[in-house]
Amino acid sequence: MYEQIARNKRDSVLLVVVIVAVLLTLGFAIGAAYSRTYLGGVGLLGVFGVVAIVWSLIGYYGGSGIVLAASQAQRVTREQAPVLWNVVEEMSIAAGVPMPAVYVIADAAPNAFATGRDPKHASVAVTAGLLQMMSRDELQGVIAHEMSHVRNFDIRFATLVGVLVGMIALVADFFLRSTFFGGFGGRRGNNDSGGAGAIFFLIAILLAILAPFFAWMVQLAVSRHREYLADASGVELTRNPLGLAHALQKIAADPRPLQVATRATAHLYIANPLKGRKTRESAGLFDTHPPIQKRIQILLDMAHAAPGALTPPSTTPQQAPGA
Amino acid sequence: MIAVIVVIVIVVVLALGLWAAYNGLVRSRNQVDNAWSQIDVQLKRRHDLIPNLVESVKGYMQFEQDTLTRVTNARAAAVAAGAQGPAAQAQAENALTNTLRSLFAVVENYPDLKANQNVISLQEELTTTENKISFARQFYNDSVMSYNTKIQSFPANTIAGMFNFTARQFFEGDAADREVPKVDLGMQAPPVQLQQPAAPAPAPQQPPAPQAQPPVAPQQPPATPQQ
Repeated sequence: MYEQIARNKRDSVLLVVVIVAVLLTLGFAIGAAYSRTYLGGVGLLGVFGVVAIVWSLIGYYGGSGIVLAASQAQRVTREQAPVLWNVVEEMSIAAGVPMPAVYVIADAAPNAFATGRDPKHASVAVTAGLLQMMSRDELQGVIAHEMSHVRNFDIRFATLVGVLVGMIALVADFFLRSTFFGGFGGRRGNNDSGGAGAIFFLIAILLAILAPFFAWMVQLAVSRHREYLADASGVELTRNPLGLAHALQKIAADPRPLQVATRATAHLYIANPLKGRKTRESAGLFDTHPPIQKRIQILLDMAHAAPGALTPPSTTPQQAPGA
Repeated sequence: MIAVIVVIVIVVVLALGLWAAYNGLVRSRNQVDNAWSQIDVQLKRRHDLIPNLVESVKGYMQFEQDTLTRVTNARAAAVAAGAQGPAAQAQAENALTNTLRSLFAVVENYPDLKANQNVISLQEELTTTENKISFARQFYNDSVMSYNTKIQSFPANTIAGMFNFTARQFFEGDAADREVPKVDLGMQAPPVQLQQPAAPAPAPQQPPAPQAQPPVAPQQPPATPQQ
């Protein structure tokens, strides 16, 4: 378990380095394209490096607040949501991490996410719909999944990579627009027919098109992998795979998309909040989450239960945990 | 000259290894202590909640004095066992868990009580405290396991011996949970006894049928005399 966390941390560092390298390469190419010198490339690379550091620091220290505000999550106290609070506290004890801040999103679609920079500065948010729909065991499964994200430092990775991927997309977008709509760089590039400038431009355009996709795909692949991991280590906390399996089944059965979720925050949630309503067997390159049926199947296999065992609890009248 | 450098390097590497191993052991031991204090917090919380619960249900449950007394006594015993180490404490706490379960089973029979807001919130508090105790115990036992494994395996065991790192006790699981399978053991008992009288029986049969598979042979003969 602790080896897994250490490996996660190592992978995260490596991925952040790769994505920063992509960002800096893009900076170099765009700088060189505009200035037509290597020096210009290095200059913009430096600028990008500084901006990336500042941006990452803002994301590192303020990212969770931004995400929670964007999701319209309200912080709750023990008195306001006793059952939710208790379940979160139970799971924090099981995971051996400090009690995170607890948030509720006023939305009927069932979903949940965790954010923060480390277990000491973590927040867990669930929707009102989730609280209404889930039994205590199911809620426990969901919270255990989120607590695993906290304990495995997935929350830090998601925050940092989210910031950097966003920056790459922004920069690439800005460059491509300024080029295609004949910005200052574009004009200068056209005047200088042939030579290094044109080649730099070509490379820069190519990079600006490819880099955001590459970074995004890396982010999503890792994000999908970590969902499986959090399911498994969540079960390690509750020792009850059926709780999470039933919860995911209920989430999958609910057709409502989560209003406050956007493409930027979708990968944080326990299940895709945008609900493409596709039930494919394998994940596509641009999916934020693994197929939910596959996750449920893995959990059921853990419980050595047949898929039929899932039907009785999901058809029983929904218990309200009273939060 | 080279030999001196080699010796110095070896000494430095060994010292670094010792340092890292020692720190690892300390970290591990602190985690065990921390996990234990977490159990302790929850057990105390439960001890504090029980008098409130007994007080709230007393009025409704005139005929269940016996159950209430058992809860109160079990609580007193658990509080007293607090100073006697994990094993004794676990036993007393498990006994308390059982009396609480029977109390809540009785509460089910009293609709007034089930609807009482105070009892409902106390019930939720006790439920979560039970869960917290079991999760804290799970975390404690996991910590003890990794700590004990660490101090018993080479090379950390040499350092553990030097600096007096001793193995910790597990907080044992619920005695009642283990009593449940006892019913199964009782069911399995007859076949065991069937095989025992059968055991001498195959002995004389072995010489005439040495080519028969030994595991099958002893089982078939007892079946026939039984039927």
